Amino acid sequence: MLRINCPHCGFRDETEFRYGGPAGVVRPTGPERAAWVRYLYWRRNPAGENAELWLHASGCRRWLELRRDTRTNVILGVRDGTPNPEPVA
Amino acid sequence: MRSSRYSLWQLLRHGYLGGGPWPRAWRAAQPKQRYDVVIVGGGGHGLATAFYLARQHGLKNIAVLERGWLGGGNSGRNTQAVRSNYYHPQSARFYERSLRLYESLGSELNINIMLSQRGVVTLAHSDHEMDSMRRWCNAIRLNGIDSELVSLAELYEIEPQLNRAGRFPIVGAFIQRRGGIVRHDAVVWGYARAASALGVDIIEQCAVESLEVFNGRVRGVRTRLGLIEAGQVALTAAGQTNRLLEPLGLQLPIVCSTLQAMVTEPVKPLLRTLINSPTVHVYLSQSDHGEIVIGGGTDGYDSYVQRGSLPTLQANAAAATELVPALKQLKILRTWAGVVDITPDTSPIIGRLPFEGLSVNAGWGTGGFKAIPAGGEALAATIATGHEPEIVAPFGLNRFEGGHLIDESAAAGVAH
Repeated sequence: MLRINCPHCGFRDETEFRYGGPAGVVRPTGPERAAWVRYLYWRRNPAGENAELWLHASGCRRWLELRRDTRTNVILGVRDGTPNPEPVA
Repeated sequence: MRSSRYSLWQLLRHGYLGGGPWPRAWRAAQPKQRYDVVIVGGGGHGLATAFYLARQHGLKNIAVLERGWLGGGNSGRNTQAVRSNYYHPQSARFYERSLRLYESLGSELNINIMLSQRGVVTLAHSDHEMDSMRRWCNAIRLNGIDSELVSLAELYEIEPQLNRAGRFPIVGAFIQRRGGIVRHDAVVWGYARAASALGVDIIEQCAVESLEVFNGRVRGVRTRLGLIEAGQVALTAAGQTNRLLEPLGLQLPIVCSTLQAMVTEPVKPLLRTLINSPTVHVYLSQSDHGEIVIGGGTDGYDSYVQRGSLPTLQANAAAATELVPALKQLKILRTWAGVVDITPDTSPIIGRLPFEGLSVNAGWGTGGFKAIPAGGEALAATIATGHEPEIVAPFGLNRFEGGHLIDESAAAGVAH
């Protein structure tokens, strides 16, 4: 069980949150194929510190940005985050 | 090969007459300075690749490097399911080949892999789901693979313990009767023993730290035990693949997540088939030892931790008891988890990489065990002939650029 220290609500169980993938995903502005392929299919997936988004879905409904070590699940920091652009299906 | 290694006489000799310790199943090899082929990862896919390279292509100078112990990763952490009820023709052809190979693997490797073709049942919990299942089932039959719709009455005949008054009522199912379970350790040990007998060096406790590449050509691997030169290197390292590729400026579109499973205490025969419910997200079967083996969805976030989270464990247990209420009386004996390497279309990536002499077999995500024989066979053919055999041609890394995805996210049975 992850315990996430929401800056607005305090420590809460992971079940209150929804994982939103890596933070800082930028949608391509031009039509270059390589950039779109990368945007659509490739995701940063480090074994180690990961900057990632979590939505406090059953809490304050705000997007948070966590720094979490994906090898140990230790949460290194929490702050307010910016949601990624909506994926284009 | 066709020795009487585990014959009744040998069992009696070792069990009752004190025949001394059992002989080692595979040689404990020390790394040589150079191999024609180095395979990184001693799970099922890596060992099968080595075996087919030696057996079907006559290569002899091969090493399999494993960072831990053989089959200690996902090959020993899965829920042992084998089946070929896939929707898309490319997948159907591949997974059917794999199931066929499993059907003869026991005699091929001279080991009892405990193949039990007890049937794989996929449940529908609504009329709409039944409609799509009808379509799915028909597509599978058109691919030439056995698959039948089962009425509710037939279903309760096959599995009388299934819930008749659930929160999510069961309305029907389809079954692949040739699907079932296989003892996963036996597959790993069988391939290892057979490969070793054909001269393959299997080196455990030998983590690969980096790949040695010069002028766009792979030259070897740097390991915990020093540099090992190689004519070709094949990566069968699942979640570790990107760690090895990253220094080369290459990444596969893989996301690693934790997938857990559990077993209950053993009980008398209760379940006949492998039951799978996409709606309540669980699959369960009973091992020959009597434990109920339960698996579900992934933990839902990127992770390299081989230990599952409690909320997912609770969700899996709740789903299992929803399907089979009698399980509520059982205690959970053991839980474990593996790191699954999931691609955007949940189909694998097999074939050559843009460095000469480097190939990969990864991205199996939650369904790699059933693919071991065909995955190993295809990677071996790629290494030996220099190009991918037709059966895995659609599963190359370039499919993402062309948009030719083989979307099997429904085939997992459970959303991951």
